[in-house]
Amino acid sequence: MSKAPTEIRIGGFGGQGVILSGIIIGKAFSIYDGKHATLTQAFGPEARGSACSAQVILSAEPVLYPYVAKPDTLVVMSQEAYTKFSPDLKKDGVLLYEEDLVQPDDTIKGIKSYSIPATRFAEELGRKLVLNIVMVGFFSAISNLLSEKAAKKAITASVPKGTEELNLKAFKKGYEYGKKLVARSS
Amino acid sequence: MTNKMITADPKGVLTGSHYLDGDHACCEGALAAGCRFVAGYPITPSTEVVERFSARCPQVGGMFIQMEDEIASSIAIYGGVWAGAKAMTVTSGPGFSLMMEHIGLGVMLETPCVFVNVQRGGPSTGLPTLPGQADMMQARWGSHGDYEIIALSPNSPQEAFDLTIEAFNLSEQYRVPVMMMLDECVGHMTEKVIIPKAEEIKIYPRRFTKAKPGEYLPYKPGPDMVPDLVKVGDGHRFHITGLTHDERGYPVMNHICQDQLVRRLMDKINKNADKITHLEEDGTEGAECVVVSYGITSRIAARAIDMARAEGLKVGHIQCKVVWPFPAKRILELVPKVKSFVMPEMNMGQVVLELERIVKGQAQVSLVPHAGGMVHEPEVILQAIKQSLK
Amino acid sequence: MSTEEKKPTNPIEPLLRMERMPHIWCPGCGIGTTVNCFARALEDTKTDLDKTALVSGIGCTGRVAGYLKLDSFHTTHGRPIPFATGLKLANPKLNVVVYSGDGDLFAIGGNHFIHAARRNIDILVICVNNYTYGMTGGQLTPTTPYSAIASTAPYGNFEKTFNLPYLAESCGAAFVARWTSYHVRQTAKCMAEALGKKGFRFIEIISPCPTLYQRRNKLGDGLAFMKYLKENSVRKDDAQTKDVGLDFQGEITVGKFVDREMPTFLDDMNRRLSETMGDKYEKYEGIKTKI
Repeated sequence: MSKAPTEIRIGGFGGQGVILSGIIIGKAFSIYDGKHATLTQAFGPEARGSACSAQVILSAEPVLYPYVAKPDTLVVMSQEAYTKFSPDLKKDGVLLYEEDLVQPDDTIKGIKSYSIPATRFAEELGRKLVLNIVMVGFFSAISNLLSEKAAKKAITASVPKGTEELNLKAFKKGYEYGKKLVARSS
Repeated sequence: MTNKMITADPKGVLTGSHYLDGDHACCEGALAAGCRFVAGYPITPSTEVVERFSARCPQVGGMFIQMEDEIASSIAIYGGVWAGAKAMTVTSGPGFSLMMEHIGLGVMLETPCVFVNVQRGGPSTGLPTLPGQADMMQARWGSHGDYEIIALSPNSPQEAFDLTIEAFNLSEQYRVPVMMMLDECVGHMTEKVIIPKAEEIKIYPRRFTKAKPGEYLPYKPGPDMVPDLVKVGDGHRFHITGLTHDERGYPVMNHICQDQLVRRLMDKINKNADKITHLEEDGTEGAECVVVSYGITSRIAARAIDMARAEGLKVGHIQCKVVWPFPAKRILELVPKVKSFVMPEMNMGQVVLELERIVKGQAQVSLVPHAGGMVHEPEVILQAIKQSLK
Repeated sequence: MSTEEKKPTNPIEPLLRMERMPHIWCPGCGIGTTVNCFARALEDTKTDLDKTALVSGIGCTGRVAGYLKLDSFHTTHGRPIPFATGLKLANPKLNVVVYSGDGDLFAIGGNHFIHAARRNIDILVICVNNYTYGMTGGQLTPTTPYSAIASTAPYGNFEKTFNLPYLAESCGAAFVARWTSYHVRQTAKCMAEALGKKGFRFIEIISPCPTLYQRRNKLGDGLAFMKYLKENSVRKDDAQTKDVGLDFQGEITVGKFVDREMPTFLDDMNRRLSETMGDKYEKYEGIKTKI
């Protein structure tokens, strides 16, 4: 990766595991890929409910300024999160979204966007809850920032005991779908 | 007598690489330092420290109690300490205000312990979920009467871990409550935290007296001005009081005893200030401007300094990991060599007053204030650096 | 014939810090009497004095910790109970006794009393109730009876008065009793009994303050108040605590009102953590980490 840090925002509604997906990405990059990742999140009543978010800065060098203002990549899992956070996306940024939950409008120009039916994939695996991990897999494939190995280790270390297998399957689903999309578009 | 350092009890040390926020890292630092007693009352943004401790303490033979308020929390820990434990309490904003009386009691009883304050925006309820650094003078002066205190301020979860251990060590060495001044940003920021092996963590052990029961004087200072400790139940049948007292711990209501006691309580910190000081310096040799910072603001300052250097300016950086006592000696060395000091703080100008007091007008001192709720924009600090060198 | 005369000594002298005598209490004050009772109770029960900690707050009764030769703590106003809580929880093998006054324990420290009783912290709390703040000159406390004069109630108290045994029982205390400083034997016996029990134990001792409370209320000297205590105290061990409130110079119900066995904070903690953590939990019996 280049020396410039990559700033990511993940948005969704409370209960979707937005923060956990941020933690997995940060953990994979910093602990298992040996670089630096700073995660911040909004707290308080305004951060609960409809549009919660996690911000992660991935960097080869230690991160100094910890907050994300204009993310390079926006991952959204709800329409409200899309509405709230998409105006901040960098002009040439990347948008990743769950296609059954988010309907992007045409107002944002210049960005690259990729979508995935993550909820359906999660349902096929028998647990709608693993939607966030499908999105982590999708993000890993599209961004090419995390090693697959590191992402899997981070998932195993972060999800509840007994759900590792399921979550790894969810990751694989998102990852493979993402890789196919990238291959097709290149 | 200063004690020989020992190594940490492995039971409390979660060796390995972790992805933790500053609050959780602070809790792990306390556990690694041997802290097994925490009394606290929930308050944002420090609650995660006690949440983690409440989960961890049954695994390590510790005690956690959620008290009825911060006043109770801040004195329950003294019970824990005098019963022979290492103890801390944790709070933020309004809770810190409620603890002030007991900081004074801790100073007076010379009770080693740690007060963690994860600072948020104030005054009053202020900004519970957003950062501030506006309790720095409160940490220094908040309780009534004259005293000296030690306060540390980490700028990352890693430092929250490392400096919490240092805070416990300093509290044991100087027998004073030590303030661990995080802020909401560091407390809630998640980063990699490397926890070393127990045998690599140095611990200052409690200095228990070697005196036999009947011979022990609770406030007879050693050559370093610090008296030895005991614990309840060892047969010393000692007495301690928040009143002005003599070496026996008995109240003495006169100015002579007051003068001796207050001077010693202050001297044991002041005269050891150079040993307590902990700085991180970057490019101060040959610098025309030195930025002095602490806590999260030091990271923003570092970004601003990078930008300034890219423009060819000679800028150095001092990060105060220990804020109180303030590193007067080092600043005085730099005064004749630099044109200016720039001090960004997430308050309207607190620690900068100490900087100005030391510099005495012999160099320019520029404050970069911020009312809190958000860290500085690096560009604002950069502008202050440029302005100060004009 | 020896020229040395044998000095008469107080049998509780070994329990006192004699080098600190004379004490600060006024002639006729009842606090010293209660300390005598407590010392006797410690002796009678053969309590291990090296394992007994005494914690006081601020005020006249707050000075008790300074005179007894135990590990003793003179803390801040209203906070001896949370300090004692810390001692007991860090080292459950200690006998921990809080000894303080009505203003300290029930005005500024009221919240701590409530919660320590609720948690059933295993400590004995002795409250010398003299209806006033003596150290600061005789101000109103939560136990000042209706109509009594205090320096901050110069026209007579119009506030409602705390019924301390009722408060203690309703908050969950395991043992609740009241005596007066006239009843020295009963008080000593009650203290001895309480020292042998477990859980949050509370003893209220009604006691004179001739210098301030009595003088201001024209109630005579210490002896006159003793006479009042003698003539107006009625022992009712089975009294309902709700009925034992105090009126100005009225009847004083004395006796042991509550004596019940209940799991303490530490019993509850150990049980709950064993249930939920299973074999991973080692029963907590105090902090053993070497420091």
